[in-house]
Amino acid sequence: MAGPINWFSQIGSITKFGLLSLPQRRGAAAATVIGIAGVVAVLVGVLSIAAGFRHAMAVSGSPDGAIVLRSGADSEMVSGFGRDETRVIANTPGIARTAQGPLASAELFVIIDLPKRSTGTDANVPLRGVEPAALLVRDNLKIVRGRMFEWGKDEVIVGSGAAQEFAGLDVGSNIQVGRYQWPVVGVFSANGSAAESEIWTDAKVLQAAYHRGDSFQSIYVKLDSPGSFQGFKDSLTSNPQLSVQVIRQSDYYAQQSETMTLLITILGYIIAVLMAVGAVLGALNTMYSAVAARTREIATLRALGFGGGAVVVSLMLESLLLALAGGVIGGALAYFAFNNFHTSTMNFQSFSQITFAFRVTPELLVRGVVWATVIGLIGGLFPAIRAARLPIASALREL
Amino acid sequence: MKFLHLIWCNLKRKKLRTSLTLLSIVVAFILFGFLSAIQQALVGGVALAGADRLIVREKVSIINLLPVSYEARMDRIPGVDFATHQTWFGGIYQDPKNFFMQNPVEPEKFLKIHPEIILPADEEKAWLATRTGAVVGRRTADRFHWKIGDKVPIRSTIWSQADGNRIWTFDLVGIYDGKDKGTDTTPLFFRYDYFDEARQYAKGRVGWYTIRIKDPTQAAEVAKRVDAEFENSPAETKTEPEGAFIQGWASQLGNIVLIVSSILGMVFFTILLVTGNTMAQAVRERTGELGVLKAIGFTNALVVALVLAESCLLTVLGGSLGLGLACVITPVMARNLAGLLPMFFFPVRDLLIGFGLSLALGLVTGIFPALQAMRLRVADALRRM
Repeated sequence: MAGPINWFSQIGSITKFGLLSLPQRRGAAAATVIGIAGVVAVLVGVLSIAAGFRHAMAVSGSPDGAIVLRSGADSEMVSGFGRDETRVIANTPGIARTAQGPLASAELFVIIDLPKRSTGTDANVPLRGVEPAALLVRDNLKIVRGRMFEWGKDEVIVGSGAAQEFAGLDVGSNIQVGRYQWPVVGVFSANGSAAESEIWTDAKVLQAAYHRGDSFQSIYVKLDSPGSFQGFKDSLTSNPQLSVQVIRQSDYYAQQSETMTLLITILGYIIAVLMAVGAVLGALNTMYSAVAARTREIATLRALGFGGGAVVVSLMLESLLLALAGGVIGGALAYFAFNNFHTSTMNFQSFSQITFAFRVTPELLVRGVVWATVIGLIGGLFPAIRAARLPIASALREL
Repeated sequence: MKFLHLIWCNLKRKKLRTSLTLLSIVVAFILFGFLSAIQQALVGGVALAGADRLIVREKVSIINLLPVSYEARMDRIPGVDFATHQTWFGGIYQDPKNFFMQNPVEPEKFLKIHPEIILPADEEKAWLATRTGAVVGRRTADRFHWKIGDKVPIRSTIWSQADGNRIWTFDLVGIYDGKDKGTDTTPLFFRYDYFDEARQYAKGRVGWYTIRIKDPTQAAEVAKRVDAEFENSPAETKTEPEGAFIQGWASQLGNIVLIVSSILGMVFFTILLVTGNTMAQAVRERTGELGVLKAIGFTNALVVALVLAESCLLTVLGGSLGLGLACVITPVMARNLAGLLPMFFFPVRDLLIGFGLSLALGLVTGIFPALQAMRLRVADALRRM
């Protein structure tokens, strides 16, 4: 009578039996579900920070965008060019052009102190001076409130991330730049990219305020195609007049986020692994006590002719179901607690704040459920094997 | 003591369950150690900040430099003992990943204002005598296996020498230790006079000032006077106590680490809840036996004590193991995080708190079953067997 159909019906009935008796073991079962939900929530939550940060950096760099810095400079902060150099760079072949000229924006990058809304403590907020091409060099940049600043005027627009994180950046308020008060006239969004953490003004206006003469720190360019990067780079680096490095925007932002991503990932994984170990132990404990409590019941089933394999599979199914319930609850918790949570942190390389939103992506949720499944399987396997190996006669005698 | 054997046998009865519970507690307390190390790394500096020190930076942003001439003007402000300055050098040793801070300082004043930096007298003398000399903290010296006499080349991302060269080579003349465990011994300090003479631009301009004040209770007034002194000049200042400055710096890192720590806290208590439940259950299962003990003359108090001792033994054992492991693991992690969180370590105070927590956990998980056991009527308990 060992047909596969019979085997499946055995599994079905033992599992049903186990699930129906769950309410009697609700303390232990709840402990497993809560434990696993905790692991999944924490895992997904921590990784969503890293995912959000990476996303902000990834959308910042379009494949046909490049950044030119002084050679040896690891960020815009410490780079520098004169007007002559920026002119030579802007006229290098490979850069996309419009009727107004090449899509190259020579920019200045400084930081100013503004209080964080959340804590009231000062934070280094990036202030960028741009040229008109800046709006075309970056993808998806648009004004969402107020208006664009007027070129040549002491006015600024602020990124939507910065407007949300730092105090005193509402349209109509003033910020102090050097010894001057400049009005905020608009708020822009840029698809969640790093630019949203910044305050923008006309490069010429910023040069004057900071006594920078006619100098710049970086040049953002849009290439005529992603493929022309190498040619563009070679013609600049082989030019004896210049001492520059050319970086793809995407590589630049990946570099910039390296330290922070590393920090979050190290912390995140250590926590997640430790927690998972804790959860496996918890699940093992629950399932072992479930088996212990049902010794006679399982022995009776075996005596009635249910197979050992069926007992193993159905106990594992039970543990798996508990784990999945935990995984789903944990994923949902993480989603509601963390998704789109806005915050800002220090970008170590540029010494300035970057704002971003946590992202609980479907991939992360899937990963969470996979972890829950693995925990459930491990937690169920050993107790199930023990249950199947019980010597029937002595187990029945416990009656 | 004579009951220790009985308690031990009870724990041994279900070896598997006991060891699983024990391991969960161990994991929870490793996490606890980890959590307090993160906290320490973030806010530990605030506690160590000198109460008699003020930090003066440029008002708009710390990246804007201040004239070196401010030092003499600060020295004359009432309430100021003396002032000295530092500048961000932004150097890289071999690879950007090897991050640690390097700053040019005025050696004598620097050492005087930072008594927490312990430099042997002969090394201090060597530093004062060597223009290109530098001193480095124990942690960085150990990390790169530097010893006194080494030449250390550091490429600055900001400063070039007069000939345009960005690689600065320093003679390592001293290795300093910290007075407290929390003192950051990662930075390298070198001489400002050498730096100022050799740099190509911005000569005579420095990053920020540290002021020692005569009376720490006057900090706010002195800070106001300093800022008033430089008001309406091309470089206005912002002065605050060192503690506030460090606090502000930590909050620049943002709530990321705060979020991570609150998650850790949550985790810790989840694990404890789950474990507590299992342990309480283990006691409940033995109601009958407890009845037998009472039947043969054990007093109520003794039964309660037995149950509590058992749960406490388990949690304290697990707690100590976990805390011990945390003590071993955090220094290893600290090495990987050295550049980012230089003060990442597990403080003794938290070790004691952790130990207390493990005891409390034992009491909390043991008390309800223990009380139940106490109220148990012998006849009922025996019937349940």
